[in-house]
Amino acid sequence: MSDTARDRIFDRLRKAVPPAAKEFPSPELPPKTPLNHEEKVEKLKRLMEAVRSEVHVVPAATWTDELKTVLRKRNLKTLLYAPETYVGKAVTKAWQEDREGLPSLTLYEGEIETFKETLFYRTDAAITTTRGAIADPGTLILWPDETEPRLMSLIPPIHIAVLEAGRIYNTFDEAMQAGQWISGMPTNAVLISGPSKTADIELTLAFGVHGPRELIVFVLE
Amino acid sequence: MAEHQQNFDFQKNVVAALNDPQLRANFDFAMGSMILKRKAVFTDEIETEQLRAVGNAIRQRALRKLPELLERLERKCTENGIHVHWAETTGEANRIVLEIMQSHNATRMVKGKSMVSEEMHLNRFLEEHNFEVMETDLGEFIIQLAGETPSHIIVPAIHKNKDQISRLFHEKIPGAPYTEKVEELNALARKTLRDKFYEGDVGLSGVNMAVAETGTLCLVENEGNGRMCTTVPPVHIAVMGLEKVVEKLSDVPPLLRLLTGSATGQLITTYFNMITSPRKPGEKDGPKEIHLILLDNGRSRILAEPQLRQTLQCIRCGTCLNHCPVYTRIGGHAYGFVYPGPIGEILTPQIEGLHRTGVLATASSLCDACGEVCPVKIPIPELIRRMRDENYDLTGVVPGHGHKWNLPEVLVWKGWELVNRVPLLNLLSMKMAGLFGKYLPRIGPLKAWTSVRTRPRFAKKSLHEQVQMEGVEYE
Repeated sequence: MSDTARDRIFDRLRKAVPPAAKEFPSPELPPKTPLNHEEKVEKLKRLMEAVRSEVHVVPAATWTDELKTVLRKRNLKTLLYAPETYVGKAVTKAWQEDREGLPSLTLYEGEIETFKETLFYRTDAAITTTRGAIADPGTLILWPDETEPRLMSLIPPIHIAVLEAGRIYNTFDEAMQAGQWISGMPTNAVLISGPSKTADIELTLAFGVHGPRELIVFVLE
Repeated sequence: MAEHQQNFDFQKNVVAALNDPQLRANFDFAMGSMILKRKAVFTDEIETEQLRAVGNAIRQRALRKLPELLERLERKCTENGIHVHWAETTGEANRIVLEIMQSHNATRMVKGKSMVSEEMHLNRFLEEHNFEVMETDLGEFIIQLAGETPSHIIVPAIHKNKDQISRLFHEKIPGAPYTEKVEELNALARKTLRDKFYEGDVGLSGVNMAVAETGTLCLVENEGNGRMCTTVPPVHIAVMGLEKVVEKLSDVPPLLRLLTGSATGQLITTYFNMITSPRKPGEKDGPKEIHLILLDNGRSRILAEPQLRQTLQCIRCGTCLNHCPVYTRIGGHAYGFVYPGPIGEILTPQIEGLHRTGVLATASSLCDACGEVCPVKIPIPELIRRMRDENYDLTGVVPGHGHKWNLPEVLVWKGWELVNRVPLLNLLSMKMAGLFGKYLPRIGPLKAWTSVRTRPRFAKKSLHEQVQMEGVEYE
């Protein structure tokens, strides 16, 4: 036990920086004035649109109508969704009322090992909930789980994300504190600010390189 | 890369780069725009300074408590179900990756961008063992097709322009039509790599920071390939330099802002991916196994010396490259090793040894641009000077220190000291310089100096003498 790579590394590290009694200086950023609700929505929308997200701020009661309008324009075959979530329930209901010109709803069936082909090659879009958003720097927060697996927001060419406007935080710090991230991080937490992009060729910005080409956000007021 | 290193001739590389107009144009354009992009994010000078001070404090605290934080990270990760491995050398790290691949009968690896994996020369190692390794970051994909190494930490294929990439894709991707449209080039890469993600047995990624408090691995990216590599394949291997740990979750937001702002001029990247555990029962995707390999490769040694320790504060944003007048003119490949530019000038000699790479520290005008923009306030110019000193210092601490120590030079400086301390010698040397100075620079080692500079003309009388003759008027 005494002579593993780990032991030798720790031996050197401990010699290099012996335990210090003193506390370390920790300068803090001056607090910023929190934004009000409208400002948060406006800032989030502006910053996310700047990185080519499509953001619709819509009344919570009628958001599925807006969703249908957006989808009809795109002429898609399939929309992957999670029927257990509040978004899934609303979508199920809306589709029951009228599904003319809309993609058919599909489920994440089984685990990725069996669902991979459908997900990679036969899914046009996916719709998910979000855990919230951050006004500065303009990003959504997703905590994928059993009902909404991680790859829903990554593999299909279009990702539709639904956000309750009341869950927009001023800063990343505020979001982590409000959500008590420290007391239990999920398998995967991910911040998403726009569609996948790259500037690796001559710094020319291009969208949709590996992840979704489009990120469509519905902010429910 | 190995070939590079065996016959590393910095001077030759520099001359070659300077004589390549295409390369110079590519870098000149790219670095100029990267500087502007960064500027557009850090608009408020006072706020930026506050943020840099915070970033600096977070990194210094993390390094000062490194053993404790690494233990906590290991404990937390293990609790979360992540397997933690320790590697003293890049060779050990490669073997750990190999063993994981073999234990899963894996043949295909998809890779996200990772500078540590470049440090390990992992691709070559795995290919020698007959594994397929696929770089999936677009820039890395381009240079892998070209059989090259990254020329920049953040934008690895920045030395290539669109025309060069168009030809490369047409030649190397089966069935790819010739196109010069960036959108179409991206689409070609997307299509090729999608299949690779689908087939990959193991995904490998780097780590931008790891949070000791929660055992969380954080990855910053725009393309989504990083999320692919860490979510689609059944096994995820993360490789990380052991200095990349931070103490608390609350350390993440300021560092993230500094990193994305400095690296690409973004308030935040498209994706910020925080991974805390493998797939849990009931979850439908994500890797079933995650392995974290913590690499030392000289870092624990660098940690021991307070001034040099600051090198380890680096968050690999690459902004010192963008702002360096030398890097901008010679590009990343001239530096011959994984980390180019100002950070490379101080990091490479400490990892690889001064005897081979101490010359890198000469590639600086000490203009301090790198020091001024470094998001975690590493005093890079000071450390470059330290490397220069260590080159000659027999009592230094950096491996290979004192390798340039030589008697003639010592004697020359001893002589210089005497001339400046003994008045008679000083007088004599002034006279000599006035009389024979014009002949001096043409001979010996000074010839190198005068070949590119106007020869100095010495005055017949020294300033001292002139002042004595003419007197000084006091106001």
